[in-house]
Amino acid sequence: MKARIKVTLKKGVLDPQGKAIQGALGSMGFAGVEGVRQGKYFEVDLAETDKSKAMTTVKAMCDKLIANTVIENYEIELA
Amino acid sequence: MISAVIVFPGINRETDMMQALEATTGTKPVAVWHAETELPPVDLVVVPGGFSYGDYLRCGAIAARSPIMNDVRAKAARGLKILGVCNGFQILTEAGLLPGALIRNAGLRFVCRQVKLRVENTRTFFTNRLNQGDVVRCPIAHGEGNYVCDEETLSSLEGEGRVVFRYVEGNPNGATNDIAGIVNKTGNVIGMMPHPENMIEPLHGATDCRPLFESLLAA
Repeated sequence: MKARIKVTLKKGVLDPQGKAIQGALGSMGFAGVEGVRQGKYFEVDLAETDKSKAMTTVKAMCDKLIANTVIENYEIELA
Repeated sequence: MISAVIVFPGINRETDMMQALEATTGTKPVAVWHAETELPPVDLVVVPGGFSYGDYLRCGAIAARSPIMNDVRAKAARGLKILGVCNGFQILTEAGLLPGALIRNAGLRFVCRQVKLRVENTRTFFTNRLNQGDVVRCPIAHGEGNYVCDEETLSSLEGEGRVVFRYVEGNPNGATNDIAGIVNKTGNVIGMMPHPENMIEPLHGATDCRPLFESLLAA
């Protein structure tokens, strides 16, 4: 089973990289970019075949390492 | 005063830190490899600066999950003094020993220069030889020193006098309330972004941070 994990900065946490990307897009001529937030994407291959067990494990992975829940949110998709 | 300095792969300030500790406390610190599971009997543990695990995932994230950190956490809970500098501060926040997080500098640049710090709390084991409001010069060298935390944490840090150092005459990284260093609720864990170990010998250009290390002897 594969877990696809999206980690994004929480609302209100400053994202200077997103701001720089937004500035670059503007200077390249892409008009109307109202905001850019940069995040991270992970693919984790699991031996587990039971979806709910996999979800429990991946949630623990996110809480304990993959995301810093002080500043980040995460979303998990299993396939 | 016996101290231990923890060494992780990618750390590069451990020698500076060990020299500073030896020069100021008179005792050579013990280097402890991150894969160890138990700390030797010491009075202080220092988590030094550098780039543990190449800053992969997040600064300090992987190092914070090292085997030795379980014992650091357990002994910190029993009152052992812990000091984290730069990457060490990032590691302590990632390990849950200090609140908040250190994110990318607001200006996006790695900043390597001298800053001025105001000592805000002189009741700690690293500042008891200084006076409230003293300003010391200290070098910084980091790309992710922008301290952030939620409103509740910030008001408890400020309300309880747990901001130990604050940047003055300019904030180099965008840190909330110019925070450069903090202490935990129980007063035994301190984290700071600047490098006091590099401002203690005349060869460093100034010795402003020597009293910080001398505070360890009185603590």
